Amino acid sequence: MTNLIILITMIVMGFYFGRVAERRHYSSLSSREKAFRELQVLTIRRPPNIHREYHSNLVCGSTVVSVDFFKVFIAGFKNIIGGRLTAYESLLERARREAILRMQEHALRLGATMIINARFETSRVSGNASQGIGSVEILAYGTALSLNTAKPPIPDR
Amino acid sequence: MLISNIDVIPGKNIVQHIGLVQGSTVRAKHVGKDILAGLRNIVGGELSAYTELLQESRQSATDRMIAQAQDLGANAIINIRFSTAAIAAGASEILAYGTAVIID
Repeated sequence: MTNLIILITMIVMGFYFGRVAERRHYSSLSSREKAFRELQVLTIRRPPNIHREYHSNLVCGSTVVSVDFFKVFIAGFKNIIGGRLTAYESLLERARREAILRMQEHALRLGATMIINARFETSRVSGNASQGIGSVEILAYGTALSLNTAKPPIPDR
Repeated sequence: MLISNIDVIPGKNIVQHIGLVQGSTVRAKHVGKDILAGLRNIVGGELSAYTELLQESRQSATDRMIAQAQDLGANAIINIRFSTAAIAAGASEILAYGTAVIID
């Protein structure tokens, strides 16, 4: 009985706080993405117009996110019937967008005008395999290009 | 040391390719942080303690890779890739690897 009460409390807490946090995070993501729209992020491997003089710098941004208990619960049910796990989709989408924004922040600190060869990497952090995905780390990295006329790159990585 | 994850260093010519260089580190989580993260798992959201931990680890993996490249006499590393693997409960390995080159 006590276990059941604890479980229900955790699900309700997960549902409520998780939802509030998700909504807040989505609005903060879209406003910051609007602010950083000037800085292009491309996945091409070579700098466009190769004759121009650029400084290049490795930039990264990463974030570790964890799923809330309500989503673990829902995903557990969904696992039985299969199909899209929307609970996890939104979590990973938020994390990836956050990682891109942090990479862009890093690039802007170096005075970059564009990021090329952007790549992502996802890995699991938590050890408990029994409880679904737990927490995942998302890393975004790329090469920031800044024009040579700008100040020399600051190695603050 | 110029490092980048593209095949070229813009505006520079590659004189010599030296070869693969790598740096890795295995980090375990802090117990206190782990308990906090466990609580955080109920409500979801970002685990900033882990974000910091992994950033530091990645920095030290990169530093080791750079040190190895310097030992080999390189002055730039191109085509850098990162890779992370959870090797045991609470410990993860972070690897950075790339090609060491000499540019003029």
